[in-house]
Amino acid sequence: MLMCGNDACGEGAILAGCAFYAGYPITPQNELTAYMAKRMGETGGVFIQAESELAAINMVFGASVAGVRAMTSSSSPGISLKQEGISYLAGCELPCVIVNMQRGGPGLGNIAPAQGDYFQAVKGGGHGDYKIIVLAPASAQELMDYTYIAFDLADKYRNPVMILGDGLLGQMMEPIQIKSVEGRPLVDKPWALTGCKGRQARFIRSLFLGDGALEEHNKKLQEKFNNIKKNEIRAETLNIKDADIILVAYGSVARIARAGMELGRAKGLKVGLIRPITLWPFPEKTIADISGKAKKFLVVEMSAGQMVEDVMLAVKGRAEVDFYGRMGGGIPTEEEILKKIEALVKQS
Amino acid sequence: MKKKRLKKIKNTAIRKAEEVLAFSRPKSLRDVELHYCAGCGHSIVHRLICETIDEFGIRERVIGVAPVGCAVIAYDYWDFDVTEAAHGRTPAVATGIKRVLPGNIVFTYQGDGDLAAIGTAEIIHAANRGENITVIFVNNGVYGMTGGQMAPTTLAGQKTVTTLEGRTIRNDGYPIKILEMLSVLPGAKYLERVSVHSAQEILRAKRAISKAFKTQIDNKGFSIVEVLSMCPTYWGMTSIQSADRIKNEVSTFYPIGVIKSY
Ligand SMILES: Cc1ncc(C[n+]2csc(CCOP(=O)(O)OP(=O)(O)O)c2C)c(N)n1
Ligand code: SF4
Repeated sequence: MLMCGNDACGEGAILAGCAFYAGYPITPQNELTAYMAKRMGETGGVFIQAESELAAINMVFGASVAGVRAMTSSSSPGISLKQEGISYLAGCELPCVIVNMQRGGPGLGNIAPAQGDYFQAVKGGGHGDYKIIVLAPASAQELMDYTYIAFDLADKYRNPVMILGDGLLGQMMEPIQIKSVEGRPLVDKPWALTGCKGRQARFIRSLFLGDGALEEHNKKLQEKFNNIKKNEIRAETLNIKDADIILVAYGSVARIARAGMELGRAKGLKVGLIRPITLWPFPEKTIADISGKAKKFLVVEMSAGQMVEDVMLAVKGRAEVDFYGRMGGGIPTEEEILKKIEALVKQS
Repeated sequence: MKKKRLKKIKNTAIRKAEEVLAFSRPKSLRDVELHYCAGCGHSIVHRLICETIDEFGIRERVIGVAPVGCAVIAYDYWDFDVTEAAHGRTPAVATGIKRVLPGNIVFTYQGDGDLAAIGTAEIIHAANRGENITVIFVNNGVYGMTGGQMAPTTLAGQKTVTTLEGRTIRNDGYPIKILEMLSVLPGAKYLERVSVHSAQEILRAKRAISKAFKTQIDNKGFSIVEVLSMCPTYWGMTSIQSADRIKNEVSTFYPIGVIKSY
């Protein structure tokens, strides 16, 4: 069946047993909010159109405290508002899924697709030392599949997980296959607040006032983040073994980069592609392992250059890292990418 | 004179307590020392909530949402499930919990900075949606936790560290009467303002808190009790002077009584 990415994302959440959604309208993710309103009604879950993104993320906080699978979605300006809540969720070790269908910025920007929120997604965004898992699907099908996976990851690590899409992915209609997931048990949550019947009272907090207590808490969080780094990195690689030039791109841009790569290959140029699927944890090793062999990296983003910094950190100077980006709703074309590839080949 | 009054207040309190007799710690209140300053209203309000919860026998069903403010570590004192919430987002967090667990009793505990400044949108919309939660709103007219700055509820002319010459209407606007504002919302069902400046008022406050929880237990919708409360530390007053200030000044601007009932 055909579905737009926003709807596919919503259905992925429903399949995962999401029982609570709160959101505030913002383009280009409005289809998702509307889809959740409809599907929550049909599945007996809770849907709330909140008074703001601040309220929405904190309603999700409450639902997560109570132990259910909860989600919110927005686009760039709304995600900025949610950052306070995301920091609290991470500090309190509460699972939830946050969808960001990025649009052009800064400020009100526009409603065209963009990837300018990479930094705020993977570098923390809110205050304090924390990380959230960031997944970057590249199609409507992947939006469904990775949203589903996002809920499992969130519960497994008791941490917020973000789906980082963009307006293009959210609004494009694509064929979808809906998996059957019947009888899948949800994770037990022995930490949730449900009333203290038959047990000791519990509390959930991110405040640690005792001498050294907050440092201990932070150490525990860092240990968890290291575990996530060890276990959850995902990336797709194409034609990288013999490549002289490796493209690095995520989400919708990765599909365009792939087309650019194919144009290059058709001209006999040795071009490969690395597509990070988890933006945090970042597939550093995949990039590092090949960085001795490949001559050049070309990072393509719909931003002024954000993920490129993580690629450079992974390459550690072993190869040249170049960048091609479009901003403010500009979408790179495969021809533009090919041109850039050809220029790089000529240079060397 | 002041000492005499203190003695009188103390004596009445003791007499009242003896009349009820068996003045013991509520089960919902942990047996630990509270960190509040001497004469602070928070301790009294904590106790009233715990007594109410015990009396309704709902300790095992209650989930509290603690604020950011002097009462931020209320979970160290309350022996039932409690979560923290970001400053002012308290009613949004309570909304999430209550919608998911409608059989539980969910309440927020908020100061006047938390509720009437940074969290104004959240309280208005929780009330307007008619969330079946209970809000205990402690109005002490200042920001206690951060060092006594002006709150939205600070009275005109009142000196604080950010209104050195006293709050001026021209610069700072008028003190906000939150309950009166909320009372126009059909979703807000039970609204009462009380005080904890005397034994008599404490008894009245207890009845109001009880009524508010009952409102939720009976599924009637949103209930809120505003408690006029002393902050001797940042009022720069003794406990007795603080109690007198509520009686003579604060409660004349913020009238005590039921604002709305269903
Ligand atoms: C987002 C944010 N802004 C500011 C603060 C600092 N802060 C902590 S408590 C508080 C005000 C507390 O006043 P009130 O709500 O009246 O409670 P009280 O301490 O008087 O009981 C402020 C501004 C914060 N913790 N978070
Ligand atoms: S600063 Fe004021 S509100 Fe805070 S504990 Fe002391 S008296 Fe109470």
